[in-house]
Amino acid sequence: MTAHHDDDDCERMTPSRRAVLGAAGALFAWSFVPKFAYAAAGARDPRFLLVILRGALDGLSAVPPIGDPDYAGLREGIALAMDGPEAALPLDGFFYLHPAMPNLARLYKQGQATIVHAAATGYRERSHFDGQDVLESGQPGAGHTQSGWLNRLIANLPAGEGVSRKGVLGVGVVPPLVVRGDAPVLGWAPPRMARAGSDLTMRLADLYGQRDPGLARALAQAVETEGLAQRRGMAGEQKGGGGPDTADGMRRIAEGAAGLVGADDGPRIAALAFEGWDTHANEGGAKGRLANLLGGLDGAFAAFEQGLAPVWKDTVVMVATEFGRTAAVNGTVGTDHGTGTVAFLVGGGVKGGRVVADWPGLKPEQLYQNRDLKPTTDIRAVAKGVVSELFGLSGPVLAEKVFPETSGLKPVPGLVV
Amino acid sequence: MAGSGELTAGAVALQRFGLGPKPGQGEAFRAQIRERLLAEIAAGGVAQPAGVPFSGTVEIGKALFAFEDQEKREREARRIAAATPAQDGQQGMQMAEAPPQAQPAGPQNQTAPAKPPNEPALPYRTYRDEVKARVDLALAAETGFGERLVMFWSNHFCIGATKSNIGRIMAGAYEREAIRPHVFGRFEDLLIAAESHPAMLDFLDNRQSIGPNSPAGRRQGRGLNENLAREIMELHTLGVSGGYSQADVTNLARILTGWTMAGRDGRLGFPGSFIFNPGQHEPGAAPLLGRDYAQPDLAQGVAALTDLAHQPATAHFIATKLVRHFVADDPPPQRVEALAAAFRDSEGDLRAVYRALIGSDDVWRAPATKIRSPQEFLLASYRALSRKPDFGQVIGPVGVMGQPFWQPPGPNGYADSNAAWASAEGLKTRVDVAAGWGRQAAGSVADPRVLADDILGPLLSPETKQAVARAESKPQAIALLLMSPEFQRR
Repeated sequence: MTAHHDDDDCERMTPSRRAVLGAAGALFAWSFVPKFAYAAAGARDPRFLLVILRGALDGLSAVPPIGDPDYAGLREGIALAMDGPEAALPLDGFFYLHPAMPNLARLYKQGQATIVHAAATGYRERSHFDGQDVLESGQPGAGHTQSGWLNRLIANLPAGEGVSRKGVLGVGVVPPLVVRGDAPVLGWAPPRMARAGSDLTMRLADLYGQRDPGLARALAQAVETEGLAQRRGMAGEQKGGGGPDTADGMRRIAEGAAGLVGADDGPRIAALAFEGWDTHANEGGAKGRLANLLGGLDGAFAAFEQGLAPVWKDTVVMVATEFGRTAAVNGTVGTDHGTGTVAFLVGGGVKGGRVVADWPGLKPEQLYQNRDLKPTTDIRAVAKGVVSELFGLSGPVLAEKVFPETSGLKPVPGLVV
Repeated sequence: MAGSGELTAGAVALQRFGLGPKPGQGEAFRAQIRERLLAEIAAGGVAQPAGVPFSGTVEIGKALFAFEDQEKREREARRIAAATPAQDGQQGMQMAEAPPQAQPAGPQNQTAPAKPPNEPALPYRTYRDEVKARVDLALAAETGFGERLVMFWSNHFCIGATKSNIGRIMAGAYEREAIRPHVFGRFEDLLIAAESHPAMLDFLDNRQSIGPNSPAGRRQGRGLNENLAREIMELHTLGVSGGYSQADVTNLARILTGWTMAGRDGRLGFPGSFIFNPGQHEPGAAPLLGRDYAQPDLAQGVAALTDLAHQPATAHFIATKLVRHFVADDPPPQRVEALAAAFRDSEGDLRAVYRALIGSDDVWRAPATKIRSPQEFLLASYRALSRKPDFGQVIGPVGVMGQPFWQPPGPNGYADSNAAWASAEGLKTRVDVAAGWGRQAAGSVADPRVLADDILGPLLSPETKQAVARAESKPQAIALLLMSPEFQRR
């Protein structure tokens, strides 16, 4: 099937079209992205990828605190065990890792993965959509959806900085809020159909240039990203396949993001989203619904590691979700919306092999509102720690521009190698 | 005769409130579009799609249970065949032939209803036929205003076709039964129809929510699932800042226990239909937003939903979403308040709310800033091109553009903003889709320049006119017309 689609593309790609395509690349290169801009010799050229898990990941199943005496009792029907045929993977003797995540366990052992537990943003209600807006906008509360914190991060790097000129990549036909804003946004999604000829695209760019600046800007950015994908040899890959709530979809999205972020002339910062984590019913234990999703995420880690191999030592992948789920299993062998959960940091740039947690305990009075894992670490402090060390942003810029009103929230130090 | 300003406003309105003109229709409609829309509101109804495989939920439930029983028998047969390879001579032909991981392609049981080869399974087949029927209806509609309202409310009260077989097979029936009859009716009727539909009760897990002190709760030790209760207040009525608490969520979940779908045994009602199961209902009164609900059984939930429908926060939330959808991403507060007032004053008569929208001159004059959603783009394009697409020509394009029918990313439905739909990747995908439509329609469109004049009328800019005229081919000219700013924005 793939070959058929490619043939179809090639048939329409006459020699004159090829020449036009080159011209199109040149035409759009001026728009905002220098094609080759290398970092100064010796300086770090970091990569940062943010993976958002939409639907609220159950941190107590992803990284079960099996050493906590109250864990098993809260989780009847879905609790994981430290031994037996479907044993969780040991981390530090107290925390374990879900058995669907062997790659993450290996990276942890190699010192390339850190797990942050009992973490949350500053949001304390339980709406997915407000929770995701807070996580992605980086604002202290809901209702601010003009721009995302990764976009403001780029916008506040020194002018001329390579990272900011290359823009931020938002994976998906609909870009996640975290990348939206004034700084250049690149878009990419796993290809699912034959691409239009470049001549049509050029004519439209011309028409939009005369009539519609908004559409002109979006089209120019799309063309630039497509050119990058072609130079990286990503044009002929499989079309179709699963969505971002399947293991196959997660792997393809991760491969694509790695391909673009790994390019010399590609974006240095990207955000992508995996879906389906809202496990209200039949969540499953070592096997089942959540296990399948965690296996997909684990496969994405392997895809990142492989696709970014040449720059892996300078890469940090951060995984975060809008909030956690109830500490106790609900009436339908699932979990309802909660508060504290886990975040992951993975990559050669991570000072890993540890669980960062100020563990609050799971007794009723230790839970948030007698119901949820109490958050003791702010995800924004983790993000601030990572991006300040990777990109050298100052404390005031981070506390005012990137994560507004967080001057009291110190970046977590020592997360990056 | 209408003036040129009015004709331009009429042309925008045809796209803003409807699904865009069909060839030959534009000129006649532009001058009198407001009267037509008000007449549609006065008439107060939308058509039902024709040619759907099952007339309603009851037939669907029966067919779905039979399908699942059949699947179970086939799985069992394969399991037995795989477990006893040496005895295949005694197991009968059809079992021995079934490989362990066989595609469910051909009938393996002589008693099974035969399924044509290469046909998808019943739930997807039903989904396919429902999508086709609702698209045919939208393509046939005169202005498409009623269909746009169906799309709006279907997204407001969205369910997902990918969660389960029930969702897949009932997605179309849900829209036909819960949404269509009420889009020109009262909000409380729409709300109750949506929340009590088996598709919604399955999508937001209320089927499994059991009162801890109900007979079933005591017997099974199972309990509440608060998913539906939370989304009713957050997404369907009050809005997230509408003034409810976690306790209200839990209490509404208690109130709604027992709202479920009749199972295959038919003990409590016809299999697949909505029923109230008193054995799962949490007994006793429950407070909600400061009021006590002491009604027995089903009446408790109906009373709670009715009151939610009449809350001022609900009026404001619905008004905001309607103005955002039809006018601008940042809804003008005055217009929102006008619609909210119409909602409150009429006690949720949606026709009064639509009149406040259509009747407003500033809505009429607002610039066309919103980009059409992928579904709107598809329907407007096929209308403009006079095409009758098959299912694949519908589901392929809306899928790649990110808006397949009845498959939103979450219970909050598809986004309704330019930030979501006019993104770089989203726009590039549209170009790819339009290029395909240009190739498909090239044989039937006599002259793209004439079509551009006909469809866009006074909106057609000199630049777009020139781009269409100078295109290197007819397919490219059609694609340029469909991708022009005038066609994309409404």
